Amino acid sequence: MTAFFQSIGMSYEWAWFVATICGILLIALPLMLGVAMIIYADRKIWAAMALRRGPNVVGPWGLLQSFADGLKVFLQETIIPSASNKGLFIIAPIVTFTVALLAWAVIPFNSGAILADINVGLLYVLAVSSLGVYGVVIAGWASNSKYPFFSAMRASAQMISYEVSIGFILICVVLWAGTFNLDDIVQNQRGHVFGLLNGYVFNPLLFPMWVLFLISGMAETARAPFDLTEAESELVAGYQTEYSSMAFALYWLGEYANVLLMCALNAVLFWGGYLPPIDWAPLYYIPGIVWLLAKILFFFFVFSWVKATVPRFRYDQLMRLGWKIFLPMSLLFVVLVSGYLMLTRYAV
Amino acid sequence: MIHAIAFYLFATLVIASAALVILARNPVHSVLWLILAFFNAAGLMVLVGAEFIAMLLVIVYVGAVAVLFLFVVMMLDIDFAELRAGFVRNFPLGLLIALVLLAELVLGIGAYKAGAIALGTADGAAAPLIGHSNIESIGALLYSRYLFLFESAGIILLVAMVGAIVLTHRERRDTRTQNVAKQVSRRPDEATVNVKPEIGKGVQL
Repeated sequence: MTAFFQSIGMSYEWAWFVATICGILLIALPLMLGVAMIIYADRKIWAAMALRRGPNVVGPWGLLQSFADGLKVFLQETIIPSASNKGLFIIAPIVTFTVALLAWAVIPFNSGAILADINVGLLYVLAVSSLGVYGVVIAGWASNSKYPFFSAMRASAQMISYEVSIGFILICVVLWAGTFNLDDIVQNQRGHVFGLLNGYVFNPLLFPMWVLFLISGMAETARAPFDLTEAESELVAGYQTEYSSMAFALYWLGEYANVLLMCALNAVLFWGGYLPPIDWAPLYYIPGIVWLLAKILFFFFVFSWVKATVPRFRYDQLMRLGWKIFLPMSLLFVVLVSGYLMLTRYAV
Repeated sequence: MIHAIAFYLFATLVIASAALVILARNPVHSVLWLILAFFNAAGLMVLVGAEFIAMLLVIVYVGAVAVLFLFVVMMLDIDFAELRAGFVRNFPLGLLIALVLLAELVLGIGAYKAGAIALGTADGAAAPLIGHSNIESIGALLYSRYLFLFESAGIILLVAMVGAIVLTHRERRDTRTQNVAKQVSRRPDEATVNVKPEIGKGVQL
């Protein structure tokens, strides 16, 4: 895109600047629209599984429900509790929302269609997702209220625990791909199994890692069955109890943007991203972004499905799963994968 | 131009937030300013082309260490007045440490100005790789020339971790912990009985 702006007579620096701003808008605006629609889809799927109708009043089939909710929230009064730490109270939802958008910079939407094609892409994703905990912790502390504080404690412990095993899972993928760049990781998945299937998930050594990643992703984004941070029977509404109006909406949007990001990472790291699932020439006529979106939506359906059917974990069970099962398993697979690669690829 | 703007932005923010770490009245605010300082330092490292170190700085310091700091500071009930009470008494010590740090800084800059630091061996066998990415050159040095240092650092960290766990671990015998394997292996016929009691008679278990 920089080249295009240069061709209409801008200097390189300005062309780069304008192109980057355009790229950010091209990602962020459809993402926000997507988040609004995905909230609607989530409610519809959940309702269908509970034999209810779900939102069906605003617009055809209730399609405009999220926009109506957004408008409602926008018109509400912002209430800042008098005992709260005001500056931090306002900053916290902004942090959550910004961080939820940041990681999308390195997701490849098609071959070469990537905002920041950096060679530490996956590390960047890890770094940004580790920032997500601050929005929650700051909110819990700044609210100066018991329930948000408990929730913030839970949330940060949960996020840190599962980030450890996510790190090891990503190491397995990086070892196999030999690069941190997400576009190269996708390209390395082309014809991964006998030149037929695109995706690391078809690899018997990496398939268990994908299962772990899917579950850790749910825990990392605090989705059901790991939504202990907003367990309404114990904590009112969790860390966002004291929030109202737009601040609350920012948490809402940020949460769903994070869920979509996890779905996108699932698709990019294990299911071949923008590549079709089978390495067969006619399938490449369908644009890559269609494949990526189809995969993201499929994983989102899985997330909703789990949310609608699985009961919530207890806190000690959550910690046990993270530290005593996922961490040793992912460590074991780091050893297995690196050992296998050492024997086959880099003959000792 | 953009490079210069970014440098001055990051540098100003690092210095300003570092100053606010010690000036903030509330310790939680101090930790948050510290996090901002880390973050902008990572930005500076990206500018000099050390993107791997920058990402590690964010992952390790911002993502893990600072969260634990924040935890501790939030949980503690700190009396701010008491914290500031020892200022005059500790002032000479603080001054001494500041002088040592200043001397190290001057020495470091002097050494840097004196010429490039030779990272490789004399015959150039393990010289840093030119034209490779950060990660590759660090890996090539770390796993060849500095292998023993690297592994001994790993062992020291492991020992520290084991030590911390041993020191803080206490076994509580009075708690009833869940045994998942036992629960899963339970079958209905060993947990329930089906009886048909006569009317007016109870059930004997």
